Parts: sequence; structure tokens; C-alpha cells
Amino acid sequence: MTISSIAQHLPALLIAVPLLTAFLTPLIGGVNRTLRMLWVALGISATSAIGLALAWKVFTTGTVLYVFGAAAVGQVLPMDSGGIPIRIIFEVDAFSALMIVIASISAFAITMYSLVSESECSGQDGFYALLFLLVVGIMGMVATGDLFNFFVFLEISSLAGAALVAYRVDKGVAVEAGLKYALLSTLGALCVLIAIGLLFAQYNALNLATLASRLQFTTLDKIALALLIVPLAMKCGAVPMHFWTPDTYATAPSSITALLVVSSQASLYGLFRVLFSLYGHLVQFNYATFGWFVIILGVLSMFVGVTMAIPQKDVKRLMAYHAVSQTGYMLLGVGVGLAVLGNRSALNAYGLTAMAGGIFHIINHAMYKGLLFLTAGAIFYRTGTRNLNKLGGLGHTMPWTMVFFMIGALAIAGIPPFNGFASKLMIYESVFRFSPFLSIVAMVVSILTLASFVKVFHSIFMGPRREEFAAAREVPAAMIFGMALLAVVVMLFGLFPQTFIDGMITPAVTALVDRGAYISAILGGH
Amino acid sequence: MLSKILINFPLIAVVLIAMMGLSAMVFKRNIVKILMGVTILESAVNLFLVATGYREGGIAPIFTNAPSTHMVLPTVQALTLTSIVIGVATSAMMLSFAMIIYKKYGTVDVRKIRKLKG
Amino acid sequence: MKMTKIVRSTADIFYPFCLIFGFYVVAHGHLTPGGGFQGGAVIATGAALLIVARAYEDISQRIRKNALKLCESIGLFMFLAAGLSGLFLGHPFFANWLAQAGSIFGQPVAWGPNPGDLNTAGLLPLMNIAVGIEVLGGLSIILLYMISGVKEKE
Repeated sequence: MTISSIAQHLPALLIAVPLLTAFLTPLIGGVNRTLRMLWVALGISATSAIGLALAWKVFTTGTVLYVFGAAAVGQVLPMDSGGIPIRIIFEVDAFSALMIVIASISAFAITMYSLVSESECSGQDGFYALLFLLVVGIMGMVATGDLFNFFVFLEISSLAGAALVAYRVDKGVAVEAGLKYALLSTLGALCVLIAIGLLFAQYNALNLATLASRLQFTTLDKIALALLIVPLAMKCGAVPMHFWTPDTYATAPSSITALLVVSSQASLYGLFRVLFSLYGHLVQFNYATFGWFVIILGVLSMFVGVTMAIPQKDVKRLMAYHAVSQTGYMLLGVGVGLAVLGNRSALNAYGLTAMAGGIFHIINHAMYKGLLFLTAGAIFYRTGTRNLNKLGGLGHTMPWTMVFFMIGALAIAGIPPFNGFASKLMIYESVFRFSPFLSIVAMVVSILTLASFVKVFHSIFMGPRREEFAAAREVPAAMIFGMALLAVVVMLFGLFPQTFIDGMITPAVTALVDRGAYISAILGGH
Repeated sequence: MLSKILINFPLIAVVLIAMMGLSAMVFKRNIVKILMGVTILESAVNLFLVATGYREGGIAPIFTNAPSTHMVLPTVQALTLTSIVIGVATSAMMLSFAMIIYKKYGTVDVRKIRKLKG
Repeated sequence: MKMTKIVRSTADIFYPFCLIFGFYVVAHGHLTPGGGFQGGAVIATGAALLIVARAYEDISQRIRKNALKLCESIGLFMFLAAGLSGLFLGHPFFANWLAQAGSIFGQPVAWGPNPGDLNTAGLLPLMNIAVGIEVLGGLSIILLYMISGVKEKE
């Protein structure tokens, strides 16, 4: 295989390489531990490299199509198909590419971190196999252009996620959280499946672009829309359906929690894809209604999340509620964009900026929240507790962890020059022109976030050395490497936001808004 | 009237089975029974998918002994099969979770196993 | 917990038939209804039959977990390898480049009523066999783990 043929097959390799790693891990892990570590490191490096290369290709040359099992890679419409794409097609546009970048960076940092943090636990073959399956699920969800394929990858990521949440049995508590997550995911996935059935029965197509071009917005379509939106909003942890997040995020191993954040963002991707690419721009589609629906979800998530976070005693539970709260910013930003989608002048004046802020916040959130969860894991790794009342004085012994926690905390609170500030500022400014009240709510939530993290920082790292943590040392180098990678990305995005906005975010927003381009990439014409 | 009911019979069955599954999920306190509810709900969804693929007078796409080469494209059947496979994996995983919970807590009653606070 | 001798003997007699029928379903997956998953499930039913009829200790001697794990990994690897094989020849992932190529499984499909030819359909039979191996390993091991997790009350 030459370089050019590898470049041609990147979307397939994006799925095949992590799958191969997952399936062979039990075989190779049976030989010995070192070989397994090398294999896992090799697998995740290859996956991330493929992901980044694919994203680079998309950002430089435009949407990449990949048809599975066809005579040629780009043969979207076979001769005898009658103008219907019958095969599974991966349609990677700029928005998908952005999500792939997020997943690649996070998965790489997280796997490097888990190589050490999980090295004491039993059943590691299964752990890494499931971790790679989770990566496959995330990559597949964001890359696919086929609704049923989306469902399959959603299920893969839910199953792998639930099994990983329950991985440390932890006297049954983790299993309870895993069961809760698995039950809710299954229920949600069944709703998605019914919606797929409703759409397929009417339009005889599963391809997102084909469905979008044929959609009539009948009553059944409205039911299907509801059945798609609600489970996906639940999976991304928006407020009325957020109750699984604290349990799941708190009991899972920290590295897995960081990956679950990315997995929930893949659901967010699905939500936006359905709202914009599948249903957006329909004549009968009422932008204001759905825009306000997303905005209200977002504002509720922001506010409820942060108020629930403040009284928490468990550091990971607290961070989980903050994750809910930060998801609210993304929903708010993109929701404002959706609400003014029909109004060209308002869209150009502030709608696109709001969406860019929301989407920029997705990548920022994945980075700093992943970093925060990894630091929480490092603290748990050395002290064995997550209780804020018992922790204290760790700043003396774990300086690197403290620095990384500080970077993450300042970024989540939106303090310049970290990346949270860049995206939040875009959201504040643009949302203010849409509705000043919402903007003020967003700022208040940001201040509350800062207050909460100052408290956490103080109770974990400040104060005199404690007797019980005298043995706590700095964590091993691989864990520091994982955290440092994310911290560097957080700083880079914060210091040079405009470069990333121009290079990645604006193309992503354009791809999301331009439904015609998404359809014509598959069906041609227009 | 009767013909309408007959045509929609699979869909009526879907609704009834889904109701059974949902009510088991909502009202039962035993984890195993809740999981049974999930499986019943899955069956309802699978039945719905297959029912949407019915074509009157269509020929099943099995090449041996087919009377004609005009056959039905078995997309929904493939979807249902995939969903059944996923269902098997889901229920196996959730049942093993239930087993671990029973081992650790000594009960499968959801009222008694709430160690995680809301 | 042991069943009576009648049950055990019946299970022993039926076990090979289960296996054969399962392998038949796997091998004819591209001609008749069925395929890798269904055939593998039938084979795993055979394992379930033995498990129900005998005690766990007895079964764990006869059906080894490691062998089943190996089946699972190898089956999945074969499936992916079949998909990836096209890539090296310049076809897309999962492209059926073996079909109608004249070599193994490469005969063209006869149209109209015919008894069916096993030697057709290219990669599909290979993938069916891979999935069959994977599913028989996977489902049997799920059953074995579950049965080993059940506390013996006596």
C-alpha cells in the first residue's frame, strides 16, 4: 500500500485500526504485559494519527466521502441503484472532522494516562478492548453519513461505555451506575431505532443526505424528530435528562470519564446533525421553536448544573455537574444560531458567531474537562479518596497535578488566556445581541463555576501537609504526559484562538449551516 | 373497518407489546423483571421494523428456487437482524450486571440498592 | 447441580447434531436464510444444552474458556482481515473482490430457479464463517461466565 492509497482509505482505517487493536488485545495481552502496553500504545497512536490526517484532508480539500464495499471508493450512486445510495457511506465534512480531532487528541492522551493509572487492576485485556471499542463508537458516530449506521455506533459506544463504567466493581456501586447507564442508553437507542423505522418506511432511504432531500415534514416526521432529539439530548446530559451523568462520571475510572465526556459530545454532534442537516431549512420547520427549545435546554443545563455542583463533596461528582453546566453553553450558542437560521441578516450579524462559540466550546470543553477528570484521577490514584473534606495539602507533594488542575480550572471558569475564555467570550457577545438576559445568565454561571473551582482547589491542594497523605508522591510520567498533552492544547487554543477559529471552527459552522452542500455531496446537483 | 384492522394488525401488536415492555420497566421493582421489560420493548421495535418491510406479493431474496429475479431488497430485515444482535449483547451485559449486583448487595430490588444518591 | 442420567444422555446425543446444524447454517449463509450469527447462536445452544444438563465443573473440563476466547478474537480478526484484504488490492474496505473472480467462492451466481452453488458469493461465505466462529465463542463464553457466577446453594 502506498501513501496515496492509505490517504484514500483513511475513513475506513479510522474504524478498522481501533477495531483491530481491540480484537487482538486479548491475544497479545495473553503473551505478556509489556507487549500489551506496546500494542495498545501503537494502536492508539495509529488511530490518532489517522484521525488527524483525515481531519487535515477534510480541512484542506473539503468533504471526504467513503463508500463501503463499492467497486470504487467514491462510487456513491451505483449504476443500477436508481439514484439511491444503497451502501453505507461515510460523509466526513468539516464539522465531523472537528469532532474527529477532539476524539483523536483526547483518546491519545487518555490511553497514555490509563497505561499507568489502570496498571494495578485485573482484567486489563478486556479494559483496553472496551476502550478501543468506545473509541470506535465515537469515531463512527461522528464520521458516518448513514442514520442506521449512526445507531449502531451509538450502541457500540453505549455498551462499551457502560461496561467500562462498571469495570471497577467497587462493592457493586460502579456496577449499579453501569446498569443505570446501560438501561438509559438502551431505552434511548430504541427510541432512535423507532425514529429510523418511521423515516425509512416513508422515504425508503437510510442515508442522511437522501433522507434530508426527501423529507416532507409529515406528522410521522415530527414524531421521528422528537424520538431523535430526546434520546440524543439525554445522552449528551442536558438538564431534564441529566440524572445519569453524576453517577456514571463519578464511579467510572477517571480516564474513562474523560472519554465518556467525548462520547456524550458525539451525541451532541448527532443532535446538531439531526437539527441542522436533516431537518433544518425545511419550509415548514419552525426555527424559532426548535431554536428556543435548544436554548432553554442549554440555559437549564447551565444553571441547574452549576447550582448542583456547588454543594458536592465528591470531587468527580462535582466535576460531572460542571460537565452538565458546560454542555449548556454549547446548546445555548448553537441554539441561538438555530433560532435565527431563517433570518439571513441576523444569522450573519450574530447567529454564526454564536454557533462558532458553541462549537468552539465543544472542543475546548473536551480538552479542559478531560484534563480536570485526569487530575481528579491522579489525586485518587495517590490518595485513594475523592472526598473533598478528607483531601488537603497535596500542593506540597503533587506540584504538577496542581498546575494542571489550575490550568483546567481557570479554563473552565473562562479566565483569559485559557481556551474557555475564547469560546465563552464569543458566546457572551453574540448571545447578548440576541437576548441580553441569556448572556447575563451565562456570565453568572461562569462566575459560579469559578467560585466552585476556587473552593475545590483550596480544599485539595492548599493547607498544611497531612499525615495520612505523607506517602502521596507525584504520579508516574505517563500520567503526567497524558495530562500535559491536554494542558498544552488548552493553552494553545487559549493563546491563538483566531488561528483555530479560522482553520477549523468556521468551516465546521459553515458545514453545519449549509444543508444543501451536505446533500449535494452525496446526490450531486444543486 | 375489519380490513383496516387486519392491515394494521402488526402495528397494533407493536403498540401492545411496547406497552407491556414499558409498563414492566416502569412498575416492576425487580431488576431482572425490568430487564425483561427492556427485552420485550426491543422485540416490539424489531417487529415494527420488520412490519415496515412487508411488500404484498414480494419474493424473498433467496436465490435458490426463486420463481423470478425480481426480489425485495431486504434492508429492513438486515436492520432487524443487526438490532437483534445488539439486543443480545445488551441483555447479556445487563443481566451480568444484575448478577454482580445480587452478589454484592444480596438483593435485586431497586428500592434497596440505591447507594448512589440522585 | 446434576440432572438425571436421561437428561444427560439426551444432551450428549443432541450436542453433535446441534453443532452440525449450526455449521450447516453458517456454511450456507450466502444461499439460504441464516448466516454467521444465526449458525453461531445454534452452536452456542449446543453448549447451553450441555451446561443445563451437567454441573459447571463437569463442563469447564470439556469446554475451555481460553479456547472460546481464542475463537472470539480469531473470528473477529478474520472478519476484519476479510474486510481489509480489499484495501491491499486497491478496492474499498469490505469490497467483495473475490466474487466472480473465478477462484475460491468465485463462481458466478446462476439466475432463475436453481439448487444453489456453495462456491459463489466471494467474501460473504468467508465473513460468515468468521462471524460464526466469533459468535460461537462469544455466546458460549457469556453462558459459561454466567453459570460460573451463579452461587451453588447446596
